[in-house]
Amino acid sequence: MMEALLDSIRGIGRRTVNRVSRMGVAARFFLLVFLHSGPSFRRFHLIVREIFTAGVLSLIIILVSGLFVGMVLGLQGYETLQTYGSEEALGVLVSLSLVRELGPVVAALLFASRAGSAITAEIGLMKATEQIAAMEMMAVDPIARVVAPRFWGAVISMPLLAALFSAMGVLGGYLVGVVLIGVDEGSFWSQMQAAVDFKEDILNGVIKSVVFGVAVTTIALFEGYDAPPTAEGVSRATTRTVVTSSLAILGLDFVLTAFMFRGV
Amino acid sequence: MQRATLDLWVGFFVVAGVAAILFLALKVGNLGGFDSSETYAVKASFDNIGGLKARAPVKSAGVVVGRVAEIGFDPKTYEATVTLAVSTHYPFPKDSSASIMTSGLLGEQYIALEAGGDEKMLVNGDMLKITQGAVVLENLIGQFLYNKSDSTADAAGAEQAAQ
Amino acid sequence: MWPPNNKSLNSVSDNLIEIRDLSFTYGQRLVLKDINLSARRGQVIAIMGNSGCGKTTLLRLIGGALKPTSGSLLVDGVDMSQLDQAGLYRLRRRMGMLFQFGALFTDMSVFDNVAFQLREHTNLPEEMIRDLVFMKLNAVGLRGAHDLMPSELSGGMSRRVALARSIALDPMLILYDEPFAGLDPISLGVTGNLIRRLTDTLGMTSVVVTHDVQESLKMVDYVYFVSDGVIEAQGTPAEIKASRLPYVHQFVHGEENGPVPFHYPAPDYAADLGLAA
Repeated sequence: MMEALLDSIRGIGRRTVNRVSRMGVAARFFLLVFLHSGPSFRRFHLIVREIFTAGVLSLIIILVSGLFVGMVLGLQGYETLQTYGSEEALGVLVSLSLVRELGPVVAALLFASRAGSAITAEIGLMKATEQIAAMEMMAVDPIARVVAPRFWGAVISMPLLAALFSAMGVLGGYLVGVVLIGVDEGSFWSQMQAAVDFKEDILNGVIKSVVFGVAVTTIALFEGYDAPPTAEGVSRATTRTVVTSSLAILGLDFVLTAFMFRGV
Repeated sequence: MQRATLDLWVGFFVVAGVAAILFLALKVGNLGGFDSSETYAVKASFDNIGGLKARAPVKSAGVVVGRVAEIGFDPKTYEATVTLAVSTHYPFPKDSSASIMTSGLLGEQYIALEAGGDEKMLVNGDMLKITQGAVVLENLIGQFLYNKSDSTADAAGAEQAAQ
Repeated sequence: MWPPNNKSLNSVSDNLIEIRDLSFTYGQRLVLKDINLSARRGQVIAIMGNSGCGKTTLLRLIGGALKPTSGSLLVDGVDMSQLDQAGLYRLRRRMGMLFQFGALFTDMSVFDNVAFQLREHTNLPEEMIRDLVFMKLNAVGLRGAHDLMPSELSGGMSRRVALARSIALDPMLILYDEPFAGLDPISLGVTGNLIRRLTDTLGMTSVVVTHDVQESLKMVDYVYFVSDGVIEAQGTPAEIKASRLPYVHQFVHGEENGPVPFHYPAPDYAADLGLAA
């Protein structure tokens, strides 16, 4: 009885130590990627290639989701605002929720499951099929050649995707609110413009998406690089990427929001 | 995929992304409205600011000309000190007055700037002399009820006198 | 006189690889013990043994992916255990390695795979890279396949492309990890001949890790047999074929029982079935 209790406490302790040491390894990995980024900027086409796989290939899902999220916000917001007789504030509601929160967060969540998982699977498979080892044997540093370009490609893509998501969302809200329901177009835009501040709202949203991009990409690359070189190991790592980066996005979002918008 | 096609797609993507940021900045945000980087600061004291918050708009004749930059409390006069950041595009006379208004019955509170007749213009760091604080709904109702009871009391007194 | 001065060895020695009293432990486990091995320039040597005997570990040690626990390992007169990352990478530019399943970069075409090292390590103009890549691909007979993707190649073909890739920079040494695994008899013969021919024509040295006895005995100059982390036997192919050592005999003739038992150590069979009295 006593032994079983001690055992479970030991288990908790061991898991905690493992988690923390894994975070330490991940942080060191992040630093390593940073230090080896020089060559990939000198050969920018490597990064361009990764912007294509991470950014351009995520465009469809980001644009369509943005449009629908904006349209839903338009519908639901109208229902609520109508009760207080202030339908004109629909633009404010749609744009502020998108630019501050939904744009960066939902785009990052989609990005994690679309591009993040792909990055993990690709790197994991490269490791499983000894491509990484082959590269090392050819005296080419895989961190500089494989990991760093993917990191920067994804980090550059993320804020652009988030901005596209927000812009599509605002258009979706406009379509539903103004075109479909008939909210006054002038007040829709003017109230929006009066309420949305460039520095406080839009710039902070962009900063958020950059932070999310760094977090998601680091997790995806690390999980892939750290995956056991088996089919099962890679599939587990892919799942872990999506779960961990989603949690990281939401956690970081709370921290960033608390810093950015507190007391405003 | 060919390098050229790849470059083209990525180029499109980056242009679209930057266009989206510009759209957000100009059409959704207020960057097109007035430049928040070029402002001059004007101070004003109010006996009561009600629900005014930092970043609330400063309007003149209904047009947004600036924003509330800072709200403080002066422990000597026990009044609220509000710093307004007014766009340099809109100079105001020295004797302009500020009052705290509410957009609609329950809407957001803002500061209304009323231009005066002075020939000298406000400069950075000036203090507005004439201000009017927020109308607090509770005080208004209280006043109204007080007047009402006063007048009914008066009426009762008059009746008594008449008897 | 051991160890000799590095400098003199570099110019004098005929041996490209010199391994003396090398041991390697992984965690608590002693993987390799007191290995002595050398490979002369221009030779093809084979390291044989059953699965899990430590021969791949030995190859990784020569490639510098692992560091020996004790003993010395010299490649071209350079002590591998003394090298830092930069020095190791400098040495590896003159080494090639053929991985078990080729390990081609799946996101690049055959051409780009072979051109990879040329683009990474040299500043050659693209036309010259093109000529060099076609020469290397021609040497393995796959010039016509240059614009295929690795997923479109058969096992034997991708092994040959990988070979072309590893000779891209005309290395002095090539390491082969199980080059014959999973190949049909034709590809097997082709790969074996290629290794021999390229070694001779390019003046390289080849180290082949394999358990394919028949194919490798046809083309190698010298064989080391590794069993349980020690070198059990060595000699020329003729000596190996004639060997009376029980382990070598079992291995060469593929017998089921011998020093390497068919059964994993287990308690008495009858007792496990509950038949014991």
